[in-house]
Amino acid sequence: MAQVTLQSVEKRFGDTQVLHGISTDIPDGAFVVIVGPSGCGKSTLLRIVAGLETQSNGQILIDGRDVSALEPKDRDIAMVFQNYALYPHMTVRENMAYGLKIRGLPTDQISQRVARAADILQLGPYLDRKPRQLSGGQRQRVAMGRAIVREPKAFLFDEPLSNLDAKLRVQMRVEIKKLQRQLGITSLYVTHDQVEAMTLADRLICMNAGRADQIGSPLDLYTKPSTTFVAGFIGSPAMNLVSATVSDDGVDISFGVERLPLDPIWQESAGRPVIFGIRPEHLVATGDGPIQVSVDLVEALGADTLIYGQTQSGQTLTARLPGSSVVGIGDKIRLTALSGHQHLFDTDTGIRLPSKT
Amino acid sequence: MQRRSEWLPHLVIWLGIAITAFPIYQAFIATTWMPPDLAQAPVPVLPGPYGLDNFARVLFDGGTSKVGTTPVGVMMWNSLVMALAITLGKIAISLLSAYAVVFFQFPGRMICFWLIFITLMLPVEVRIVPTYQVVVDLGMLNTFAGLTVPLIASATATLLFRQFFLTIPDELVEAAKIDGAGPMRFFKDTVVPLSATNMAALFVILFIYGWNQYLWPLLIAPAAEMDTVVLGIKKMMGGADAPTDWNLVMATALLALLPPVAVVVLMQRWFVKGLVDQEK
Repeated sequence: MAQVTLQSVEKRFGDTQVLHGISTDIPDGAFVVIVGPSGCGKSTLLRIVAGLETQSNGQILIDGRDVSALEPKDRDIAMVFQNYALYPHMTVRENMAYGLKIRGLPTDQISQRVARAADILQLGPYLDRKPRQLSGGQRQRVAMGRAIVREPKAFLFDEPLSNLDAKLRVQMRVEIKKLQRQLGITSLYVTHDQVEAMTLADRLICMNAGRADQIGSPLDLYTKPSTTFVAGFIGSPAMNLVSATVSDDGVDISFGVERLPLDPIWQESAGRPVIFGIRPEHLVATGDGPIQVSVDLVEALGADTLIYGQTQSGQTLTARLPGSSVVGIGDKIRLTALSGHQHLFDTDTGIRLPSKT
Repeated sequence: MQRRSEWLPHLVIWLGIAITAFPIYQAFIATTWMPPDLAQAPVPVLPGPYGLDNFARVLFDGGTSKVGTTPVGVMMWNSLVMALAITLGKIAISLLSAYAVVFFQFPGRMICFWLIFITLMLPVEVRIVPTYQVVVDLGMLNTFAGLTVPLIASATATLLFRQFFLTIPDELVEAAKIDGAGPMRFFKDTVVPLSATNMAALFVILFIYGWNQYLWPLLIAPAAEMDTVVLGIKKMMGGADAPTDWNLVMATALLALLPPVAVVVLMQRWFVKGLVDQEK
């Protein structure tokens, strides 16, 4: 258990800069998730923390100790890989014990730790099997077991659930979360799946093109995305983002022919062009709503219905309506943007505009 | 119709087997007779009474009726040592060189790989004169070292292992790094066990390759006590001055077949097991 600190970590591959100075503090025992699309540098960042990749600049501190120049084995971390990376010729027991054996731990202590990990992960009956005789979920658990027996200062997870089917992924997600709570080991978890990120994280780092666009609690990122990128990435379906103009008195916002009342907190942006953001779940169907949408596509999810449509001025909008609304393709419905859930971003930089809260 | 469709394929198969096996059978028959019997017009097709005598004679006394020839037992031993040394040497060298080329980043890595690779372009026969000169200069004529060392460096096996190593996922290497396994430890604990199937396949191929060497031993080990069994057979097939004892030649030939066959049979079982056990 330890605090992990990243200090302006940069990475260049030749002329390409893939990480532009990432700094953050991961408190002791926290579960931090790095989320972002592929190619945003999230895996590179994790690998730098693991020591599998060397940073071009900056430092990694684990428990206050600068480990930037240390080999992976000397950093006291354990890593779970996407494809599990189990040794195919070793049994589950040997897989878990291997790292400890190399460390020269006494045999009785090794078997004690393996037994405990097997107990936690319910792997007892499989200890003498080879990885190929296990299902995906079980292999995943062995990979976790291999990390647990090390009793490391930090766990690093590199998209560990991506190879599992949807149902198992949800199940393992819950297990990982419980396990991390139970063991209280500082964890850094990389994923491209924003649902996984939202559900697992104490703290979320949303990365975009080598930069940490926003670092905060999952709900922070959801309720107050700091850029259009975060706004579009966190939440499913993605937030609607449309070019709009705030009226000179700051009371209304308009895009094309639509004109709707703006939350008073955005007063400062009066009279300027902006990007207006509203989540699908914050659009409600009302008879007299200011936004008229002609429906292109309807997805009935049971609990909700997703409506994809176009405004009169040609902007595409998505709305999540509760229940199984009876809306057909080609229908025209009127929507209102709930107040208190409106977001404004700068047209050029995509950065969230200042607001009074 | 039903029956016919069954016996026809069987007939074809049996015919095929008979055609393939007949020479071996004929060789075996020859080992059970004396030279005069084999020289007669209808060559015997059923076993004769002298089988044990003939085998005992070639194994312990020597290949021909001439005095001072090497017993086939000694020749078999020479062949075995040579074949095993070449096989094991090749496997060891190519495992290590492929490991170096695949898993280590060092300057000139690709140059090393291509240097190994281009040796494929030069068959033994092309470079046999300079290689002979080197062996002579090193004083390795009539030694096992001279017989085997020049044949050990092998681009083919290196390539095979390289291709296999490239399929080992990077993540496995990284997992080992995090587990604290150094390069040699990773080699010993992971790479070698995973290569077992490949090693078994190579062992079969290389053993036969080594066992069947003819030109090289002929040049490097002219001494009679260094004769390999393949050379021995040729030497026994008489010159102009003496008739060939076909019964003894055939006995030697059958004996020479046994080790490669044993290797194939034994390793094949293991080889199949390796294939079945392999990670998908």
